[in-house]
Amino acid sequence: MSGEAVVFWLFASLTVASAAVVVLSRTLIYSAFALLATFFGVAGLYVLLGADFLAATQLLIYVGGILVLLLFGVMLTHKIYDLDLRTETTQIASGLIVAGGLFVILAALALKTEWPGVARVPAPTTAGIGRLFLGDYLLPFEAASVLLLVALMGAAMIVRRRRDA
Amino acid sequence: MIGLQHYLVVAAALFALGVLGLLTRRNAVHVLMSIELILNSANVNLVAFSRYAAGNLGGQVFAVFVIVVAASEVAVALAIVLTLYRLRRTPNLDDADILKG
Repeated sequence: MSGEAVVFWLFASLTVASAAVVVLSRTLIYSAFALLATFFGVAGLYVLLGADFLAATQLLIYVGGILVLLLFGVMLTHKIYDLDLRTETTQIASGLIVAGGLFVILAALALKTEWPGVARVPAPTTAGIGRLFLGDYLLPFEAASVLLLVALMGAAMIVRRRRDA
Repeated sequence: MIGLQHYLVVAAALFALGVLGLLTRRNAVHVLMSIELILNSANVNLVAFSRYAAGNLGGQVFAVFVIVVAASEVAVALAIVLTLYRLRRTPNLDDADILKG
């Protein structure tokens, strides 16, 4: 096995195993910390795919932002002195059938299809992504900035305590 | 030799696990975590296609947009969950049934 294969299987198994812990763990705080491992595994896959900028973005935004936000959600929706942060499960059989069927279909599709192969030679991507943002993708880029502003203001408006209520 | 298919299968596994969590969990924060898994699997697919099939950086640009949408989604969704918790003292989605006729 080449070095690339070893590193790929390492990160792939880390990602999938910790994602399984996220979904199957009955304690919410364990799920949150397993999600950390999943994000790290995905960042490792990005590095293997030659996406250096995205790997750094993944660590900064997912681990530094979204995961911290989710931890706040865990802490604020449970009483801190309530050590039993367990969550309930419903419809486990039908959920397993749907998810298993989806995985089989998607994996069979990925393995059976003849994908066109125009491999990109791995090279630093930051400059190229920046040029695309300010060139071909300028309109979506600006729309995304408006979306972020609206989302932040909307989130602040929703959680605000009303004086009159 | 690691190819496109390997990454697609890993992404399919992530996606299926996310769907499983989405369907079987009752806690709203847990459901949000499952949605993050699904968005991550889409991102892995986009970056893998950008590396092996398209030969350009378009997939990575789209992955950045997915991350932006994920960030705003989790902010608004957590605001809704916290408001629900303040209103009903529970994070369970099944108890959010006050719109039921």
